[in-house]
Amino acid sequence: MNVLRRNGLGLLAWLLGIMFFLPIAWMALTSFHSEADAATNPPSFGAALTLDGYRDFFGTGGGASPWPALVNSLVASVASTLFVLLLALPAAYALSIRRVRKWTDVLFFFLSTKMLPVVAGLLPIYLFAKNTGTLDNIWLLVVLYTSMNLPIAVWMMQSFLAEVPVAVIEAARVDGARLPTVLARVVAPIALPGIAATALICFIFSWNELLFARVLTGVVAETAPVFLTGFITSQGLFLAKVCAASLVISLPVLAAGFAAQDKLVQGLSLGAVK
Amino acid sequence: MTATTTAPPTTLSVRTAPQPSNRLRAWATRAPLLPALVFMIVVTQLPFVATVVISFFDWNSLYPKARHFTGVDNYTEVLTDADLRHSVWTTVLLTATVVLVSLVLGLLLALLLDRRFRGRGVVRTLLIAPFLVVPVAAALLWKHVLYNPEYGLFNGLLHYVGGPQPDWISRTPLLAVEASLVWQWTPFMMLILLAGLQSRDQQQIEAARVDGASDWQIFRYLTLPHLRRYLELGALLGSIYIVQNFDAVFTITSGGLGTANLPYTVYQSFYQAHENGLASAAGVLVVIGSIIIATFALRVVSSLFREEVSRA
Repeated sequence: MNVLRRNGLGLLAWLLGIMFFLPIAWMALTSFHSEADAATNPPSFGAALTLDGYRDFFGTGGGASPWPALVNSLVASVASTLFVLLLALPAAYALSIRRVRKWTDVLFFFLSTKMLPVVAGLLPIYLFAKNTGTLDNIWLLVVLYTSMNLPIAVWMMQSFLAEVPVAVIEAARVDGARLPTVLARVVAPIALPGIAATALICFIFSWNELLFARVLTGVVAETAPVFLTGFITSQGLFLAKVCAASLVISLPVLAAGFAAQDKLVQGLSLGAVK
Repeated sequence: MTATTTAPPTTLSVRTAPQPSNRLRAWATRAPLLPALVFMIVVTQLPFVATVVISFFDWNSLYPKARHFTGVDNYTEVLTDADLRHSVWTTVLLTATVVLVSLVLGLLLALLLDRRFRGRGVVRTLLIAPFLVVPVAAALLWKHVLYNPEYGLFNGLLHYVGGPQPDWISRTPLLAVEASLVWQWTPFMMLILLAGLQSRDQQQIEAARVDGASDWQIFRYLTLPHLRRYLELGALLGSIYIVQNFDAVFTITSGGLGTANLPYTVYQSFYQAHENGLASAAGVLVVIGSIIIATFALRVVSSLFREEVSRA
Protein backbone atom coordinates (compact mmCIF):
# COMPACT_ATOMS: atom_id res chain seq x y z
CA MET A 1 0.00 0.00 0.00
CA ASN A 2 2.73 2.41 1.04
CA VAL A 3 4.81 1.50 -2.00
CA LEU A 4 1.80 1.98 -4.22
CA ARG A 5 1.12 5.41 -2.77
CA ARG A 6 4.73 6.48 -3.09
CA ASN A 7 4.87 5.40 -6.72
CA GLY A 8 1.50 7.00 -7.37
CA LEU A 9 2.64 10.37 -6.04
CA GLY A 10 5.87 10.14 -8.02
CA LEU A 11 3.81 9.42 -11.10
CA LEU A 12 1.55 12.39 -10.35
CA ALA A 13 4.60 14.64 -10.07
CA TRP A 14 5.84 13.38 -13.44
CA LEU A 15 2.42 13.94 -14.99
CA LEU A 16 2.20 17.52 -13.73
CA GLY A 17 5.77 18.23 -14.77
CA ILE A 18 5.01 17.04 -18.28
CA MET A 19 1.78 19.07 -18.35
CA PHE A 20 3.62 22.24 -17.43
CA PHE A 21 6.32 21.53 -19.98
CA LEU A 22 3.91 20.55 -22.76
CA PRO A 23 3.34 24.08 -24.16
CA ILE A 24 7.12 24.51 -24.49
CA ALA A 25 7.58 21.10 -26.10
CA TRP A 26 4.73 21.89 -28.49
CA MET A 27 6.30 25.26 -29.27
CA ALA A 28 9.62 23.56 -30.05
CA LEU A 29 7.95 20.93 -32.26
CA THR A 30 5.84 23.51 -34.11
CA SER A 31 8.91 25.63 -34.80
CA PHE A 32 10.27 22.72 -36.86
CA HIS A 33 7.07 22.24 -38.85
CA SER A 34 6.16 23.91 -42.13
CA GLU A 35 3.63 26.73 -41.78
CA ALA A 36 0.95 24.58 -43.42
CA ASP A 37 1.54 21.70 -40.98
CA ALA A 38 1.69 24.08 -38.01
CA ALA A 39 -1.83 25.39 -38.63
CA THR A 40 -3.89 22.21 -38.78
CA ASN A 41 -6.78 21.11 -36.61
CA PRO A 42 -6.42 18.46 -35.26
CA PRO A 43 -2.69 19.13 -34.75
CA SER A 44 -0.21 17.24 -36.93
CA PHE A 45 2.16 15.71 -34.40
CA GLY A 46 4.10 13.62 -36.87
CA ALA A 47 4.48 16.14 -39.72
CA ALA A 48 7.79 16.38 -41.57
CA LEU A 49 10.45 18.51 -39.89
CA THR A 50 11.93 21.56 -41.57
CA LEU A 51 14.02 24.60 -40.68
CA ASP A 52 11.78 26.96 -42.67
CA GLY A 53 10.44 28.63 -39.51
CA TYR A 54 13.97 29.52 -38.44
CA ARG A 55 14.94 30.69 -41.94
CA ASP A 56 11.87 32.88 -41.95
CA PHE A 57 12.63 34.28 -38.53
CA PHE A 58 16.23 35.13 -39.37
CA GLY A 59 14.93 37.14 -42.29
CA THR A 60 16.24 35.11 -45.19
CA GLY A 61 12.68 34.86 -46.51
CA GLY A 62 12.23 38.64 -46.47
CA GLY A 63 11.02 40.67 -43.49
CA ALA A 64 13.05 42.44 -40.82
CA SER A 65 16.19 40.71 -39.56
CA PRO A 66 16.13 40.01 -35.80
CA TRP A 67 19.90 40.39 -35.51
CA PRO A 68 19.99 44.11 -34.58
CA ALA A 69 17.39 43.47 -31.85
CA LEU A 70 19.31 40.44 -30.55
CA VAL A 71 22.55 42.42 -30.48
CA ASN A 72 20.80 45.31 -28.68
CA SER A 73 19.42 42.92 -26.07
CA LEU A 74 22.83 41.39 -25.61
CA VAL A 75 24.46 44.80 -25.16
CA ALA A 76 21.76 45.99 -22.75
CA SER A 77 21.83 42.80 -20.67
CA VAL A 78 25.59 42.26 -20.54
CA ALA A 79 26.52 45.92 -20.03
CA SER A 80 23.90 46.48 -17.33
CA THR A 81 24.96 43.27 -15.58
CA LEU A 82 28.57 44.46 -15.57
CA PHE A 83 27.56 47.84 -14.15
CA VAL A 84 25.44 46.10 -11.53
CA LEU A 85 28.43 44.01 -10.42
CA LEU A 86 30.67 47.07 -10.40
CA LEU A 87 28.29 48.96 -8.11
CA ALA A 88 26.95 46.06 -6.06
CA LEU A 89 30.23 44.37 -5.12
CA PRO A 90 31.68 47.30 -3.14
CA ALA A 91 28.25 48.00 -1.65
CA ALA A 92 27.85 44.38 -0.59
CA TYR A 93 31.35 44.53 0.94
CA ALA A 94 30.30 47.51 3.04
CA LEU A 95 27.15 45.65 4.09
CA SER A 96 28.70 42.31 4.97
CA ILE A 97 32.44 42.21 5.62
CA ARG A 98 33.29 45.67 6.81
CA ARG A 99 29.86 46.83 7.84
CA VAL A 100 28.70 50.41 7.95
CA ARG A 101 26.53 51.45 10.87
CA LYS A 102 22.82 50.74 10.38
CA TRP A 103 23.63 48.34 7.57
CA THR A 104 20.26 46.60 7.77
CA ASP A 105 18.49 49.92 7.16
CA VAL A 106 20.57 50.46 4.05
CA LEU A 107 19.76 46.94 2.84
CA PHE A 108 16.07 47.55 3.30
CA PHE A 109 16.27 50.85 1.45
CA PHE A 110 17.65 48.95 -1.55
CA LEU A 111 14.86 46.40 -1.25
CA SER A 112 12.15 49.05 -1.04
CA THR A 113 13.25 50.61 -4.34
CA LYS A 114 12.59 47.26 -5.97
CA MET A 115 9.01 47.47 -4.78
CA LEU A 116 8.43 50.78 -6.52
CA PRO A 117 6.63 49.83 -9.73
CA VAL A 118 8.29 50.67 -13.04
CA VAL A 119 5.30 52.73 -14.17
CA ALA A 120 5.87 55.12 -11.25
CA GLY A 121 8.83 56.71 -12.97
CA LEU A 122 8.13 55.88 -16.58
CA LEU A 123 6.75 59.22 -17.75
CA PRO A 124 9.46 61.48 -16.25
CA ILE A 125 12.10 59.12 -17.63
CA TYR A 126 10.43 59.29 -21.05
CA LEU A 127 10.29 63.12 -20.90
CA PHE A 128 13.92 63.26 -19.74
CA ALA A 129 14.99 61.02 -22.63
CA LYS A 130 13.01 63.08 -25.12
CA ASN A 131 14.53 66.34 -23.94
CA THR A 132 18.10 65.06 -23.78
CA GLY A 133 17.95 63.24 -27.11
CA THR A 134 18.58 59.85 -25.50
CA LEU A 135 15.36 58.32 -26.79
CA ASP A 136 16.02 55.19 -28.85
CA ASN A 137 19.50 54.91 -27.29
CA ILE A 138 20.49 51.50 -25.91
CA TRP A 139 22.64 53.08 -23.17
CA LEU A 140 19.59 54.64 -21.58
CA LEU A 141 18.22 51.11 -21.18
CA VAL A 142 21.57 50.03 -19.74
CA VAL A 143 21.26 52.67 -16.99
CA LEU A 144 17.64 51.75 -16.25
CA TYR A 145 18.31 48.01 -16.19
CA THR A 146 21.21 48.65 -13.84
CA SER A 147 18.86 50.39 -11.42
CA MET A 148 16.27 47.63 -11.88
CA ASN A 149 18.73 44.88 -10.89
CA LEU A 150 21.01 46.62 -8.42
CA PRO A 151 18.78 45.97 -5.35
CA ILE A 152 18.58 42.24 -6.12
CA ALA A 153 22.32 42.06 -6.64
CA VAL A 154 23.15 43.95 -3.44
CA TRP A 155 20.90 41.64 -1.43
CA MET A 156 22.19 38.45 -2.97
CA MET A 157 25.85 39.38 -2.80
CA GLN A 158 25.65 40.66 0.75
CA SER A 159 24.39 37.24 1.76
CA PHE A 160 27.15 35.48 -0.20
CA LEU A 161 29.91 37.70 1.17
CA ALA A 162 28.54 37.30 4.70
CA GLU A 163 29.29 33.59 4.35
CA VAL A 164 33.01 34.31 4.21
CA PRO A 165 34.24 33.57 7.74
CA VAL A 166 35.56 36.71 9.41
CA ALA A 167 38.25 34.71 11.20
CA VAL A 168 39.81 33.69 7.88
CA ILE A 169 39.95 37.31 6.70
CA GLU A 170 41.48 38.40 9.99
CA ALA A 171 44.05 35.65 9.89
CA ALA A 172 45.10 36.70 6.40
CA ARG A 173 45.44 40.31 7.49
CA VAL A 174 47.41 39.38 10.58
CA ASP A 175 49.76 37.53 8.25
CA GLY A 176 50.31 40.86 6.54
CA ALA A 177 48.12 40.42 3.45
CA ARG A 178 46.87 43.69 1.99
CA LEU A 179 43.22 44.29 1.15
CA PRO A 180 43.42 43.48 -2.59
CA THR A 181 45.17 40.22 -1.78
CA VAL A 182 42.59 39.34 0.83
CA LEU A 183 39.79 40.03 -1.63
CA ALA A 184 41.38 38.03 -4.44
CA ARG A 185 42.72 35.09 -2.43
CA VAL A 186 40.24 34.72 0.43
CA VAL A 187 36.92 36.35 -0.40
CA ALA A 188 36.67 35.69 -4.14
CA PRO A 189 37.03 31.88 -4.08
CA ILE A 190 34.22 31.54 -1.52
CA ALA A 191 31.89 34.15 -3.02
CA LEU A 192 32.49 33.51 -6.73
CA PRO A 193 29.72 30.94 -7.36
CA GLY A 194 27.23 33.28 -5.72
CA ILE A 195 28.45 36.24 -7.73
CA ALA A 196 28.12 34.25 -10.94
CA ALA A 197 24.55 33.26 -10.09
CA THR A 198 23.72 36.88 -9.29
CA ALA A 199 25.05 37.95 -12.67
CA LEU A 200 22.97 35.30 -14.46
CA ILE A 201 19.79 36.41 -12.70
CA CYS A 202 20.44 40.09 -13.54
CA PHE A 203 21.03 39.02 -17.14
CA ILE A 204 17.65 37.22 -17.23
CA PHE A 205 15.69 40.19 -15.88
CA SER A 206 17.33 42.60 -18.33
CA TRP A 207 16.84 40.29 -21.28
CA ASN A 208 13.12 39.86 -20.43
CA GLU A 209 12.25 43.51 -19.86
CA LEU A 210 9.56 44.95 -22.13
CA LEU A 211 7.90 48.11 -20.76
CA PHE A 212 10.95 50.41 -20.68
CA ALA A 213 12.21 49.06 -24.00
CA ARG A 214 8.82 49.45 -25.63
CA VAL A 215 8.43 53.08 -24.53
CA LEU A 216 12.02 54.28 -24.84
CA THR A 217 13.31 52.58 -27.98
CA GLY A 218 12.35 52.70 -31.64
CA VAL A 219 13.98 51.37 -34.76
CA VAL A 220 17.61 51.72 -33.65
CA ALA A 221 17.76 50.44 -30.08
CA GLU A 222 14.85 47.97 -30.28
CA THR A 223 15.46 44.92 -28.07
CA ALA A 224 14.45 41.30 -28.64
CA PRO A 225 11.19 41.45 -26.60
CA VAL A 226 10.17 44.58 -28.55
CA PHE A 227 10.96 42.69 -31.77
CA LEU A 228 8.64 39.93 -30.56
CA THR A 229 5.77 42.39 -30.10
CA GLY A 230 5.76 42.60 -33.91
CA PHE A 231 4.07 39.17 -33.79
CA ILE A 232 1.13 40.32 -31.67
CA THR A 233 -1.24 40.72 -34.62
CA SER A 234 -1.66 37.62 -36.73
CA GLN A 235 0.05 37.64 -40.13
CA GLY A 236 -1.63 34.77 -41.91
CA LEU A 237 0.17 31.47 -41.51
CA PHE A 238 3.03 32.34 -39.20
CA LEU A 239 2.89 29.90 -36.29
CA ALA A 240 6.18 28.15 -37.09
CA LYS A 241 7.89 31.51 -37.37
CA VAL A 242 6.42 32.74 -34.06
CA CYS A 243 7.53 29.54 -32.33
CA ALA A 244 11.02 29.75 -33.80
CA ALA A 245 11.31 33.41 -32.77
CA SER A 246 9.99 32.79 -29.23
CA LEU A 247 12.29 29.84 -28.76
CA VAL A 248 15.44 31.52 -30.09
CA ILE A 249 14.83 34.63 -27.99
CA SER A 250 14.11 32.54 -24.87
CA LEU A 251 17.18 30.32 -25.28
CA PRO A 252 19.63 32.64 -23.46
CA VAL A 253 17.20 32.90 -20.53
CA LEU A 254 16.61 29.15 -20.41
CA ALA A 255 20.37 28.55 -20.46
CA ALA A 256 21.11 31.18 -17.80
CA GLY A 257 18.20 29.98 -15.67
CA PHE A 258 19.23 26.34 -15.67
CA ALA A 259 22.82 27.34 -14.97
CA ALA A 260 21.71 29.39 -11.95
CA GLN A 261 19.03 26.88 -10.90
CA ASP A 262 20.30 26.40 -7.36
CA LYS A 263 20.50 30.11 -6.60
CA LEU A 264 17.38 31.03 -8.56
CA VAL A 265 15.12 31.03 -5.48
CA GLN A 266 17.48 33.24 -3.59
CA GLY A 267 17.56 35.78 -6.41
CA LEU A 268 13.82 35.75 -6.94
CA SER A 269 13.05 36.11 -3.26
CA LEU A 270 15.57 38.99 -3.09
CA GLY A 271 17.82 36.95 -0.87
CA ALA A 272 15.16 36.20 1.76
CA VAL A 273 15.18 32.45 1.11
CA LYS A 274 18.30 30.34 0.84
CA MET B 1 9.31 49.61 10.60
CA THR B 2 10.91 46.41 11.61
CA ALA B 3 13.94 47.15 9.48
CA THR B 4 15.73 48.86 12.34
CA THR B 5 17.23 45.64 13.64
CA THR B 6 20.36 46.34 15.56
CA ALA B 7 23.32 44.88 13.77
CA PRO B 8 25.43 42.32 15.57
CA PRO B 9 28.72 44.01 16.42
CA THR B 10 31.25 43.36 13.71
CA THR B 11 34.15 41.42 15.07
CA LEU B 12 36.38 42.59 12.26
CA SER B 13 38.41 45.50 13.54
CA VAL B 14 41.51 45.55 11.45
CA ARG B 15 43.89 47.97 13.03
CA THR B 16 46.70 49.49 11.08
CA ALA B 17 49.64 51.23 12.71
CA PRO B 18 48.82 54.97 12.47
CA GLN B 19 45.17 55.56 13.43
CA PRO B 20 43.46 57.99 11.09
CA SER B 21 40.77 60.11 12.68
CA ASN B 22 37.50 58.36 13.47
CA ARG B 23 35.49 60.42 11.03
CA LEU B 24 37.87 59.65 8.19
CA ARG B 25 37.64 55.98 9.00
CA ALA B 26 33.85 56.08 9.05
CA TRP B 27 33.87 57.61 5.59
CA ALA B 28 36.36 55.05 4.37
CA THR B 29 33.93 52.36 5.51
CA ARG B 30 31.02 54.11 3.85
CA ALA B 31 32.80 54.91 0.59
CA PRO B 32 32.21 51.54 -1.17
CA LEU B 33 28.51 51.91 -0.50
CA LEU B 34 28.03 55.42 -1.81
CA PRO B 35 28.14 54.92 -5.61
CA ALA B 36 25.36 52.32 -5.47
CA LEU B 37 23.30 54.36 -3.02
CA VAL B 38 23.57 57.63 -4.97
CA PHE B 39 22.86 55.84 -8.25
CA MET B 40 19.68 54.27 -6.84
CA ILE B 41 18.40 57.53 -5.38
CA VAL B 42 18.98 59.42 -8.63
CA VAL B 43 17.57 56.80 -11.00
CA THR B 44 14.60 55.52 -8.98
CA GLN B 45 13.56 58.19 -6.48
CA LEU B 46 13.88 61.38 -8.54
CA PRO B 47 11.61 60.21 -11.39
CA PHE B 48 9.00 59.19 -8.84
CA VAL B 49 9.08 62.65 -7.24
CA ALA B 50 8.62 64.10 -10.74
CA THR B 51 5.65 61.78 -11.31
CA VAL B 52 4.02 63.04 -8.12
CA VAL B 53 4.54 66.67 -9.23
CA ILE B 54 3.19 66.03 -12.75
CA SER B 55 0.15 64.27 -11.31
CA PHE B 56 -1.08 67.64 -10.00
CA PHE B 57 -1.04 69.22 -13.48
CA ASP B 58 -3.51 69.18 -16.32
CA TRP B 59 -1.00 68.41 -19.03
CA ASN B 60 -1.63 66.95 -22.46
CA SER B 61 1.65 66.78 -24.32
CA LEU B 62 -0.10 67.63 -27.60
CA TYR B 63 -1.09 70.99 -26.07
CA PRO B 64 1.97 71.86 -23.97
CA LYS B 65 0.99 75.54 -23.65
CA ALA B 66 -2.28 74.68 -21.91
CA ARG B 67 -0.43 73.02 -19.02
CA HIS B 68 -1.67 74.24 -15.65
CA PHE B 69 -1.92 73.23 -12.00
CA THR B 70 -5.16 71.45 -11.16
CA GLY B 71 -4.64 70.11 -7.66
CA VAL B 72 -6.21 66.71 -7.16
CA ASP B 73 -8.42 66.85 -10.28
CA ASN B 74 -6.46 64.08 -12.00
CA TYR B 75 -6.98 61.80 -9.00
CA THR B 76 -10.68 62.60 -8.95
CA GLU B 77 -10.82 61.79 -12.64
CA VAL B 78 -8.89 58.53 -12.28
CA LEU B 79 -11.14 57.44 -9.46
CA THR B 80 -14.43 58.50 -11.11
CA ASP B 81 -13.76 57.70 -14.78
CA ALA B 82 -15.53 54.41 -15.48
CA ASP B 83 -12.70 52.98 -17.65
CA LEU B 84 -10.00 53.90 -15.19
CA ARG B 85 -11.97 52.62 -12.24
CA HIS B 86 -12.43 49.42 -14.15
CA SER B 87 -8.69 49.12 -14.67
CA VAL B 88 -8.13 49.46 -10.92
CA TRP B 89 -10.58 46.60 -10.38
CA THR B 90 -8.97 44.55 -13.17
CA THR B 91 -5.55 45.01 -11.55
CA VAL B 92 -6.84 43.77 -8.20
CA LEU B 93 -8.68 40.83 -9.73
CA LEU B 94 -5.80 39.81 -12.00
CA THR B 95 -3.22 40.02 -9.23
CA ALA B 96 -5.33 38.21 -6.63
CA THR B 97 -6.36 35.38 -8.98
CA VAL B 98 -2.91 34.73 -10.37
CA VAL B 99 -1.22 34.88 -6.97
CA LEU B 100 -3.72 32.62 -5.21
CA VAL B 101 -4.00 30.00 -7.94
CA SER B 102 -0.27 29.78 -8.56
CA LEU B 103 0.35 29.66 -4.81
CA VAL B 104 -1.99 26.68 -4.37
CA LEU B 105 -0.58 24.89 -7.43
CA GLY B 106 2.94 25.78 -6.33
CA LEU B 107 2.29 24.29 -2.88
CA LEU B 108 0.94 21.09 -4.39
CA LEU B 109 3.96 20.74 -6.67
CA ALA B 110 6.39 21.61 -3.88
CA LEU B 111 4.86 18.92 -1.64
CA LEU B 112 5.15 16.37 -4.46
CA LEU B 113 8.73 17.36 -5.22
CA ASP B 114 9.73 17.25 -1.57
CA ARG B 115 9.37 13.45 -1.64
CA ARG B 116 11.97 11.17 -3.13
CA PHE B 117 11.05 9.55 -6.41
CA ARG B 118 12.80 8.49 -9.56
CA GLY B 119 13.66 11.42 -11.83
CA ARG B 120 12.91 14.12 -9.27
CA GLY B 121 15.61 16.39 -10.70
CA VAL B 122 14.21 16.05 -14.21
CA VAL B 123 10.67 16.89 -13.07
CA ARG B 124 11.98 19.92 -11.19
CA THR B 125 13.71 21.13 -14.32
CA LEU B 126 10.59 20.57 -16.44
CA LEU B 127 8.58 22.58 -13.92
CA ILE B 128 10.98 25.52 -13.79
CA ALA B 129 11.04 25.88 -17.59
CA PRO B 130 7.83 27.97 -17.97
CA PHE B 131 9.33 30.62 -15.73
CA LEU B 132 12.37 30.79 -18.00
CA VAL B 133 10.51 31.64 -21.18
CA VAL B 134 10.77 35.35 -22.04
CA PRO B 135 7.41 36.80 -20.83
CA VAL B 136 6.50 38.24 -24.24
CA ALA B 137 7.34 34.93 -25.90
CA ALA B 138 5.22 33.08 -23.35
CA ALA B 139 2.31 35.44 -24.00
CA LEU B 140 2.68 34.95 -27.77
CA LEU B 141 2.78 31.19 -27.25
CA TRP B 142 -0.53 31.28 -25.37
CA LYS B 143 -2.17 33.78 -27.71
CA HIS B 144 -1.32 32.19 -31.05
CA VAL B 145 -0.22 28.64 -30.46
CA LEU B 146 -2.56 27.54 -27.66
CA TYR B 147 -5.63 29.81 -27.76
CA ASN B 148 -6.08 30.27 -31.51
CA PRO B 149 -9.69 29.16 -32.20
CA GLU B 150 -8.90 27.55 -35.57
CA TYR B 151 -5.59 25.76 -35.14
CA GLY B 152 -4.54 26.33 -31.50
CA LEU B 153 -3.42 23.33 -29.46
CA PHE B 154 -6.32 23.58 -27.00
CA ASN B 155 -8.98 23.36 -29.67
CA GLY B 156 -6.89 20.78 -31.50
CA LEU B 157 -6.93 18.54 -28.42
CA LEU B 158 -10.64 19.25 -27.85
CA HIS B 159 -11.23 18.16 -31.43
CA TYR B 160 -10.04 14.64 -30.59
CA VAL B 161 -12.72 14.23 -27.92
CA GLY B 162 -15.36 15.98 -30.03
CA GLY B 163 -15.48 18.93 -27.68
CA PRO B 164 -16.52 22.51 -28.51
CA GLN B 165 -14.16 24.88 -30.30
CA PRO B 166 -14.37 28.11 -28.29
CA ASP B 167 -12.60 31.37 -29.09
CA TRP B 168 -10.82 31.46 -25.74
CA ILE B 169 -9.55 35.04 -25.78
CA SER B 170 -12.80 36.74 -26.83
CA ARG B 171 -14.99 34.53 -24.64
CA THR B 172 -12.96 34.82 -21.44
CA PRO B 173 -10.31 37.49 -22.03
CA LEU B 174 -9.24 38.08 -18.44
CA LEU B 175 -9.16 34.37 -17.69
CA ALA B 176 -6.99 33.86 -20.79
CA VAL B 177 -4.45 36.35 -19.48
CA GLU B 178 -4.63 34.88 -15.99
CA ALA B 179 -4.07 31.30 -17.17
CA SER B 180 -0.91 32.25 -19.03
CA LEU B 181 0.40 34.10 -15.97
CA VAL B 182 -0.46 31.22 -13.64
CA TRP B 183 1.55 28.95 -15.92
CA GLN B 184 4.56 31.26 -15.65
CA TRP B 185 4.32 32.04 -11.93
CA THR B 186 3.52 28.61 -10.47
CA PRO B 187 7.20 27.58 -10.80
CA PHE B 188 8.21 30.70 -8.87
CA MET B 189 5.88 29.81 -6.00
CA MET B 190 6.98 26.18 -6.13
CA LEU B 191 10.66 27.14 -5.80
CA ILE B 192 10.06 29.37 -2.78
CA LEU B 193 7.81 26.81 -1.05
CA LEU B 194 10.20 23.96 -1.84
CA ALA B 195 12.99 25.94 -0.17
CA GLY B 196 10.65 26.36 2.79
CA LEU B 197 9.86 22.65 2.95
CA GLN B 198 13.52 21.72 2.80
CA SER B 199 14.38 24.02 5.69
CA ARG B 200 12.04 22.14 8.03
CA ASP B 201 13.44 20.62 11.17
CA GLN B 202 13.68 16.94 10.17
CA GLN B 203 14.35 15.74 13.72
CA GLN B 204 11.13 17.31 14.93
CA ILE B 205 9.20 15.54 12.16
CA GLU B 206 10.88 12.23 13.00
CA ALA B 207 10.00 12.72 16.65
CA ALA B 208 6.38 13.43 15.77
CA ARG B 209 6.28 10.31 13.60
CA VAL B 210 7.72 8.17 16.38
CA ASP B 211 5.01 9.56 18.64
CA GLY B 212 2.45 8.25 16.17
CA ALA B 213 1.45 11.44 14.35
CA SER B 214 -0.24 10.86 10.99
CA ASP B 215 0.94 12.45 7.73
CA TRP B 216 -1.99 14.85 7.86
CA GLN B 217 -1.24 15.83 11.46
CA ILE B 218 2.41 16.44 10.60
CA PHE B 219 1.35 18.59 7.65
CA ARG B 220 -1.27 20.48 9.61
CA TYR B 221 0.62 21.12 12.84
CA LEU B 222 4.28 21.15 11.80
CA THR B 223 4.68 21.79 8.08
CA LEU B 224 1.98 24.40 7.56
CA PRO B 225 2.99 26.67 10.47
CA HIS B 226 6.60 26.48 9.28
CA LEU B 227 5.56 27.25 5.70
CA ARG B 228 3.41 30.20 6.71
CA ARG B 229 6.08 32.79 6.19
CA TYR B 230 7.17 31.24 2.91
CA LEU B 231 3.55 31.32 1.71
CA GLU B 232 3.35 34.96 2.76
CA LEU B 233 6.61 35.76 1.03
CA GLY B 234 5.54 34.05 -2.19
CA ALA B 235 2.17 35.79 -2.15
CA LEU B 236 3.67 39.21 -1.47
CA LEU B 237 6.54 39.02 -3.94
CA GLY B 238 4.20 37.52 -6.53
CA SER B 239 1.78 40.41 -5.93
CA ILE B 240 4.53 42.98 -6.33
CA TYR B 241 5.59 41.47 -9.66
CA ILE B 242 2.08 40.81 -11.00
CA VAL B 243 0.59 44.18 -10.00
CA GLN B 244 3.17 45.58 -12.40
CA ASN B 245 2.45 43.12 -15.17
CA PHE B 246 2.43 44.71 -18.58
CA ASP B 247 3.76 42.07 -20.98
CA ALA B 248 0.89 39.60 -20.86
CA VAL B 249 -1.90 42.20 -21.02
CA PHE B 250 -0.13 44.05 -23.82
CA THR B 251 0.53 40.92 -25.85
CA ILE B 252 -2.54 38.74 -25.39
CA THR B 253 -5.37 41.29 -25.48
CA SER B 254 -3.61 44.65 -26.05
CA GLY B 255 -5.58 45.90 -23.08
CA GLY B 256 -8.85 45.28 -24.90
CA LEU B 257 -11.97 43.40 -23.82
CA GLY B 258 -11.79 44.87 -20.34
CA THR B 259 -8.37 43.48 -19.47
CA ALA B 260 -6.50 46.81 -19.21
CA ASN B 261 -4.78 46.89 -15.83
CA LEU B 262 -3.23 49.99 -14.26
CA PRO B 263 0.28 49.64 -15.75
CA TYR B 264 -1.28 49.23 -19.20
CA THR B 265 -3.55 52.23 -18.57
CA VAL B 266 -0.59 54.37 -17.51
CA TYR B 267 1.29 53.31 -20.63
CA GLN B 268 -1.69 53.99 -22.84
CA SER B 269 -2.73 57.31 -21.35
CA PHE B 270 0.60 58.98 -21.94
CA TYR B 271 2.03 56.99 -24.85
CA GLN B 272 -1.11 57.01 -26.97
CA ALA B 273 -3.45 59.60 -25.42
CA HIS B 274 -0.64 61.97 -24.35
CA GLU B 275 -2.40 62.72 -21.05
CA ASN B 276 0.67 63.20 -18.88
CA GLY B 277 -1.16 64.42 -15.78
CA LEU B 278 -3.69 61.59 -15.77
CA ALA B 279 -1.02 58.97 -16.44
CA SER B 280 0.99 60.25 -13.49
CA ALA B 281 -1.99 60.18 -11.16
CA ALA B 282 -2.71 56.59 -12.18
CA GLY B 283 0.99 55.81 -11.67
CA VAL B 284 0.91 57.25 -8.16
CA LEU B 285 -2.11 55.06 -7.41
CA VAL B 286 -0.16 51.97 -8.50
CA VAL B 287 2.61 53.04 -6.15
CA ILE B 288 0.22 53.49 -3.22
CA GLY B 289 -1.15 49.99 -3.86
CA SER B 290 2.38 48.60 -4.05
CA ILE B 291 3.44 50.36 -0.86
CA ILE B 292 0.60 48.69 1.02
CA ILE B 293 1.74 45.28 -0.21
CA ALA B 294 5.40 46.19 0.19
CA THR B 295 5.02 47.14 3.86
CA PHE B 296 3.86 43.62 4.61
CA ALA B 297 6.45 42.11 2.26
CA LEU B 298 9.28 43.97 3.96
CA ARG B 299 8.07 42.76 7.35
CA VAL B 300 8.16 39.11 6.21
CA VAL B 301 11.55 39.49 4.53
CA SER B 302 12.89 41.18 7.62
CA SER B 303 11.73 38.40 9.94
CA LEU B 304 13.29 35.74 7.71
CA PHE B 305 16.41 37.89 7.42
CA ARG B 306 16.79 38.36 11.18
CA GLU B 307 16.52 34.62 11.60
CA GLU B 308 19.34 34.13 9.09
CA VAL B 309 21.51 36.75 10.80
CA SER B 310 20.98 35.33 14.26
CA ARG B 311 21.69 31.82 12.97
CA ALA B 312 24.94 32.93 11.36
